[in-house]
Amino acid sequence: MLFEKSKPYQGVEAVTSFRTLLYKETLRFWKVSVQTVAAPVLTALLYLVVFSHALRGRVPVYDGVPYTDFLVPGLVMMSVLQNAFANSSSSLVQSKITGNIVFVLLPPISYLEFFGAYVLASMARGLVVGSGVLLATLWFVELRLQAPLWAIGFALLGAALLGTLGLVAGIVSDKIDQMAAFQNFVIMPLTFLSGVFYSIHSLPPVWQKLSHANPFFYMIDGFRYGFFGVADFSPAASLAVVGASFLGVSLLALSLLKSGYKLRH
Amino acid sequence: MEQGEFFGLLGPNGAGKTTLINIIAGLARATSGSVSVMGADVAADYRRARRMLGVVPQELVFDPFFTVRETLRLQSGYFGIRGNDAWIDEVMAHLDLAAKADVNMRALSGGMKRRVLVAQALVHKPPVIVLDEPTAGVDVELRQGLWQFVRRLNRDGHTVVLTTHYLEEAELHCSRIAMLKAGRIAALDSTRNLLDSFSGLELRLRLDRESLPQPFPGQLLFSDRSFFRVKLQDYRQLEDALARLRESGVQIQEMELQPPDLEEVFVRLTGRGT
Repeated sequence: MLFEKSKPYQGVEAVTSFRTLLYKETLRFWKVSVQTVAAPVLTALLYLVVFSHALRGRVPVYDGVPYTDFLVPGLVMMSVLQNAFANSSSSLVQSKITGNIVFVLLPPISYLEFFGAYVLASMARGLVVGSGVLLATLWFVELRLQAPLWAIGFALLGAALLGTLGLVAGIVSDKIDQMAAFQNFVIMPLTFLSGVFYSIHSLPPVWQKLSHANPFFYMIDGFRYGFFGVADFSPAASLAVVGASFLGVSLLALSLLKSGYKLRH
Repeated sequence: MEQGEFFGLLGPNGAGKTTLINIIAGLARATSGSVSVMGADVAADYRRARRMLGVVPQELVFDPFFTVRETLRLQSGYFGIRGNDAWIDEVMAHLDLAAKADVNMRALSGGMKRRVLVAQALVHKPPVIVLDEPTAGVDVELRQGLWQFVRRLNRDGHTVVLTTHYLEEAELHCSRIAMLKAGRIAALDSTRNLLDSFSGLELRLRLDRESLPQPFPGQLLFSDRSFFRVKLQDYRQLEDALARLRESGVQIQEMELQPPDLEEVFVRLTGRGT
């Protein structure tokens, strides 16, 4: 006989299927690392060079912190967040369009394993790109890490949040068009207006208030606290906001996966 | 469906064949009723159910990032199997894929891609194999190879479920057939019974005159001068027809007998062609 008799599903098999999906999602971006890692690092460096040249000395940030130094953590975090989002969202939408999503829907992979694999792979990509940007900027600035644990914490949580958001966007979008629209009209403006290029305390009060409504602000601000020990908002409170957002988006993602919305008709 | 069967799922486009397969595979959810595979409910016990099932989809889908071997290794991993290389090599050999093992999926021909899809459905050695239109658009050589392979799997004890538009293939391979029409079962019986109960014989004659001797058994379907097509119910009626011709002294110049086939059963039951 070519097959084995029916036997109960074992826990070790579940771990293997989770690990395989995680491996595949990670390998997917690593195989085209020029496009997925090198390119975003270059883009971030370009922002650094251009903006620091244009705005250095003209935009007040924190006392004792030169503009170029101030810009670095913002750019690193921006790269982390955008790439974490891109990994899960583009992977899912492409799979749905080409039809090879069936390869991961047919096997006995639970919705928790599915969630975990896609989010962790997105975090991996976000963090790899972020590290790349950080390493590249060492050429331009001296690295200052006053509170490294805060930085790491925000990087991890931020990547997780955006990876999960990408998962939701990937499930809900039917076309690359819809995906691109979400990325260009929501994700990008929110990241750019979150205090990456300026400190929000230099904005007029109305805009400051609006910035507080931007979830990306808390991630950028908190991450930057890890570098300079200064922030526009309390880092503990920021962490709570980001943590709560992650929880909310995760619950949404898990319920979408469990119900099979747009994946299983 | 019985274990070890070679089961055919037929029906016109839109009848619900792919929907049914999707429900069995967990790709779609039934609004009512339940399905179980080898005793495992596809919704409540989906892990066991999916482990028992190997599905070969109709479309030539593939992941352009990976080679054939990587694809099969990943598939094994999804099903919770580690260290499956020996079996993967064996399956590739059976399907004539060994030479392309380390070639990217993108670079393969359509026929090769289809073979990889079959291999993917077998990496976890499922007792039940579902093939959705496996020979649609497939060249003759590959078709023969595929059928040989699938028949072997069936002989080895795998249950095979097949959907196809090629009724001759269904007639040849399937022991039992379900015919669907608009989401309902129009017929469900062994192939033999279906052929026996619904079909008839078609007799084609070219005679030495332009009219049939009356009364003539069966039903005249078509006539064009000395050419006639007559529908007969069974071989008994055929005997009557030949006897009638002999009695009337008619000379038969050409004769062709069309045996019962599924196409006719199909048209009868579903009211239209495939």
